[in-house]
Amino acid sequence: MNIASFAPLAVVLPILGAALTFLLIRHSRAQRTVSIALLSLTLLLECWLLASVWEGGTAAVSIGGWLPPWGIVLVVDQFSSLMLVVSSAVSLAVLVYATGQGMADGDSDAPVSIFHPTYLILVAGVSNAFLSGDLFNLYVGFEILLTASYVLMTLGGTGPRIRAGVTYVVVSVVSSVLFLIAIAMIYGATGTINMADLAMKLGDLDQGTRNLLHVLLLVAFGIKAAVFPLSFWLPDSYPTAPAPVTAVFAGLLTKVGVYAIVRTETLLFPGDTFNQPLMVVALLTMVVGILGALAQSDIKRLLSFTLVSHIGYMVFGLAMSSVAGLGAAVFYVAHHITIQTSLFLVTGLIERRAGSSSVDRVAGLAKLSPLLAVLFFIPAMNLAGIPPLSGFLGKLGLLQAGVLLGTPLAYALVAGGVLTSLLTLLAIARVWNRAFWRKPEDAEHPDPVLLAAPGGESQGTGGAGTSSARHTVSLLPRTMVGSTLALVILGVALTVFAGPLFRLSGQSAAEMLDRSSYIHAVLGDEVTVPAPPQPVAQGGGK
Amino acid sequence: MSVNLTLLTVMGVLYACGIYLLLERSLTRVLLGLMLLANATNLLILTTGGYAGLAPLFAKDTDPGAYSDPLPQALILTSIVISFAVTAFMLGIIYRTWVLARQDEIQDDAEDLRVAETPSFDAEDDAVIPEETSEFPLPAVEPDAGGTILAGARQMPAGEAAAEERPGSRTTAPNQEGGSE
Repeated sequence: MNIASFAPLAVVLPILGAALTFLLIRHSRAQRTVSIALLSLTLLLECWLLASVWEGGTAAVSIGGWLPPWGIVLVVDQFSSLMLVVSSAVSLAVLVYATGQGMADGDSDAPVSIFHPTYLILVAGVSNAFLSGDLFNLYVGFEILLTASYVLMTLGGTGPRIRAGVTYVVVSVVSSVLFLIAIAMIYGATGTINMADLAMKLGDLDQGTRNLLHVLLLVAFGIKAAVFPLSFWLPDSYPTAPAPVTAVFAGLLTKVGVYAIVRTETLLFPGDTFNQPLMVVALLTMVVGILGALAQSDIKRLLSFTLVSHIGYMVFGLAMSSVAGLGAAVFYVAHHITIQTSLFLVTGLIERRAGSSSVDRVAGLAKLSPLLAVLFFIPAMNLAGIPPLSGFLGKLGLLQAGVLLGTPLAYALVAGGVLTSLLTLLAIARVWNRAFWRKPEDAEHPDPVLLAAPGGESQGTGGAGTSSARHTVSLLPRTMVGSTLALVILGVALTVFAGPLFRLSGQSAAEMLDRSSYIHAVLGDEVTVPAPPQPVAQGGGK
Repeated sequence: MSVNLTLLTVMGVLYACGIYLLLERSLTRVLLGLMLLANATNLLILTTGGYAGLAPLFAKDTDPGAYSDPLPQALILTSIVISFAVTAFMLGIIYRTWVLARQDEIQDDAEDLRVAETPSFDAEDDAVIPEETSEFPLPAVEPDAGGTILAGARQMPAGEAAAEERPGSRTTAPNQEGGSE
């Protein structure tokens, strides 16, 4: 029995959940139960897939019995199954958080009841994109998740969300059109859109055609992944959405773009044709992104800019096309999904507790809610890369790989990486100093809820314990804090289990650079895998 | 591979018009631009299938090369469905913009404008920190005003106490060059 036969369930289960929750649209309690149960089931299935792929190697399944290269294949390898597990764990935590928020606010309005079906469709799209072994199916996966994300982005239809939604929708549609153009041209050039088959055939094209196709795919995925010159849309559109939606977008959507870039670079176009431009782009993404973060006063916008900046680290690792670099990049993706999502969830809590997410208006939270301070502090330090947390380990791996490569550009990237890490610390420390350590009286127009807090500074801290605890429950519902706490703990667990995880990412990187296990899993063991073209190769299509 | 020049020309015109409309500021025109882009891409996919042949229905004694390539048509169908959904959604957004703002223009981002207008000097981050040499600020007492305060276990003149908080302020006076003897 091929374990990949169960892979379609990772897409089918969330879609089934979406259908059920859509039927149960009037019963919010049943809706919550169904969506959480099905997502947990999906997570368990994906953990099992990861475990069996780790032992048994890459596996593929042809949908409907149509054999590759004609039919659609789903491929489970170490990288895709790791991404599946991390993304489902994160989306489950965000789902619990979102239901907590819905219950706390007690609103049973119509727009909120479509949250569950749409959210599950989003998860299905993400899983489909990770599993797809076929370029057009990858496009369909992208479209599923993007269409769901349009709805989530404009949930409630308020003015700012519609404005942000327009930017987001138009940019996403343009990137999808570019992707579709690339698919059409690839089909015209090779007569196939199966990725394993393409890996065999693209090498035969002449260099100019290959570069054109390569650049088209990179630009299309670069928009989705928010790589520097193409990242302008992200900080404008993400922050206005509801907190859980921003959290899941920040964690997952850009990473699907990064995943697609990794596949393009390793499977379809191996070799180092575009390594130098990618490295320059990575450097610019890191530095420009973080400089943007320093100028912001809204925490959500600041985090959106750090998100863009840290995409640069992943592109950096990928552009080295060495096992060390790619392995560190895979580790960094897993780390960053968890950390960035938990930071956005904590920001949602800050907004609830303090009435605003602007660092000019929020103050004194360390005293008002020490738990919130801890929840913010750990992922924030993790993001900045303070040892011994996983952000430090990931960055260390990338820097080591850069030094190992030893070219001047790699050293420039190493320096840029260290600088970005320091500037991230500066941006995060600014938030910490203002929102957590400053006295509420010093803030600009502080929310009354901050000043009127029980056991405020004027009375000293005596006797604040029980009354403040009872007071914060309504502002910080237990499910929301609990799911945030779970994600923060997951982030810490990535540090504790960094050894096995690093080994797994190294293995998956070696497997991706080798390509043979992927191609053999899809096309059978008989085919001979073409060697990746060397830098001096002229392309065989003459 | 030979290509159909009419299709290519139509495709080029569609792309040109689509990109022009996409750059407009009115939302409805942007939507029209997106639709043209999607249709131009559908034509592109159709072109990649090569010349039209027989309908791809299996018949026993037909040469496989005589059929049209069915795959691009399947791809086009899928992409038509997707662009249909996106168009419907965009129409919803346009209607909502009209309801909210009574206009069909793309708005500037308020937060972007605010950040752009922020002066580079931030009172809280960049202001000179007032010098506070004493770790335990004493009540403002003139050194020569007399009066005593309780310092430790003994009473002492307030001026003395304040001087004691600033080591070196009385015993070594800085000379003209700024260094102490």
